[in-house]
Amino acid sequence: MNARVVTITSGKGGVGKTTTTANLGMALASLDKHVVCIDTDIGLRNLDVVMGLENRIVYDLVDAIEGRCRLTQAMIRDRRYSNLYLIPAAQTRDKSAISPSDLVRLCNELRKEMDYILIDCPAGIERGFRNALAPSDEVLVVTNPEVSSVRDADRIIGLVEAEEKGPVKLIINRINNGMVKRGDMLSPSDVIELLAIPLIGIVPEDESVLVSTNHGQPVVLNEKSKAGLAFNNIAKRMMGEEVPWIELDDKSGWLARLGKLFAGGG
Amino acid sequence: MEIKGIKEGILITLENQDWEQARNALIRKITEKQPFFQGACLVLDVGSNVLQYKELSDMREHLKNQGVMLSGVLSKSLVTQKTARGMGLITKLEKPSIKPEKLSPLDTVLTGESAIFIQRTIRSGFKVVHKGHVIILGDVNPGAEIVASGSVIIWGHMRGTVHAGADGDESANVCALDLSPTQLRIASIIATTPKDHALPKPEIASIVEGQIIAQTWKNIQGDL
Repeated sequence: MNARVVTITSGKGGVGKTTTTANLGMALASLDKHVVCIDTDIGLRNLDVVMGLENRIVYDLVDAIEGRCRLTQAMIRDRRYSNLYLIPAAQTRDKSAISPSDLVRLCNELRKEMDYILIDCPAGIERGFRNALAPSDEVLVVTNPEVSSVRDADRIIGLVEAEEKGPVKLIINRINNGMVKRGDMLSPSDVIELLAIPLIGIVPEDESVLVSTNHGQPVVLNEKSKAGLAFNNIAKRMMGEEVPWIELDDKSGWLARLGKLFAGGG
Repeated sequence: MEIKGIKEGILITLENQDWEQARNALIRKITEKQPFFQGACLVLDVGSNVLQYKELSDMREHLKNQGVMLSGVLSKSLVTQKTARGMGLITKLEKPSIKPEKLSPLDTVLTGESAIFIQRTIRSGFKVVHKGHVIILGDVNPGAEIVASGSVIIWGHMRGTVHAGADGDESANVCALDLSPTQLRIASIIATTPKDHALPKPEIASIVEGQIIAQTWKNIQGDL
């Protein structure tokens, strides 16, 4: 095995990096891939909570890098998928506890045994971002359809290009189709036109994401959730599968189509 | 008054004014630059002035006193030519030996001014600074900044901040396929994109009567 290192970043905080990392990790694992998720947000760790593995942390990323434990000891195996692991961030240290080369070394060690290494990047463009970017083979930029997060995504893409990392792909998270239709939200095409990078997924706004985060059960595990379906599709696209785009428009469901049929007939 | 060296000596072409003034101007000039004219042979082009023997010989005397020899008089007037010939002065310049005249080709190669060219998307946080003109093939996104002492041309969306003529050149302009900058400056004048900015179209912004005006190509053509 030779893992692909994928860094999930956004620049702005709160757009869904951690949710995306947890869900893609879970989705790839459900597709029989060996996956390790690394939380590099040292001092503000979250990924363990979202994945529901918080109570099992013994060693963390900084322990592994500083040699207080073996790497495998810092890898928490998921209960739902035995091929999914988490390396949590340290909570009592800060970003300067590790360096880009530390993370490159750590990822190289993991590459042999994994298919995917997902790196959850901290917000911002400082050291934490540089750490998370250093080992990456591919960068997923998460943005929300509003101007400030798109602005930050643009900045991040520029920095990734300046570091000659990539390819860079875009995830538009929390799209609300009703608001787009009313012109109250940037549409996916507005965002893509500005950022000018390939799109790998659009995730609809979905209350079940919040509920599942609170329960430590990533939303991909909920088969009824549209957001979960969207994350599953992104995972398949990462594996090179061609997946049709989900119809975001609620009204083009069978009911609406039926309505149109009657309207057309009348 | 035009002074030119020719094969016969020095040719002075007098301005087309009345003889009295022309004569005085000539004498003043020669007195002023006496060492230069000393010992020279002089041909005078008197234009259309009609001169009689009295005027010409008077002139010849004057020049002689300054050590200048009047050797010829060129004139459009037949009377003057005849008078001069009567005094033994030449009235025609020797044609330069007939060589096929070399016509240098008309200069149709323009040198222009140099500029820097950048082909990429200029993203938020990036800055292009150049003494001269800037040409960008790509979009300039919000949060990006272009500063040029000359003009700025953007083949793409201009959504960031742009400052043309940054050293004070008010003739600089900014062109873009879609000119919707966050802020646009030319020299020391600042403008922003109006909120009701219509559909994207190519525009050129420049200073007109102390204000920044954006015009379409059709409207500005010919004014450049």
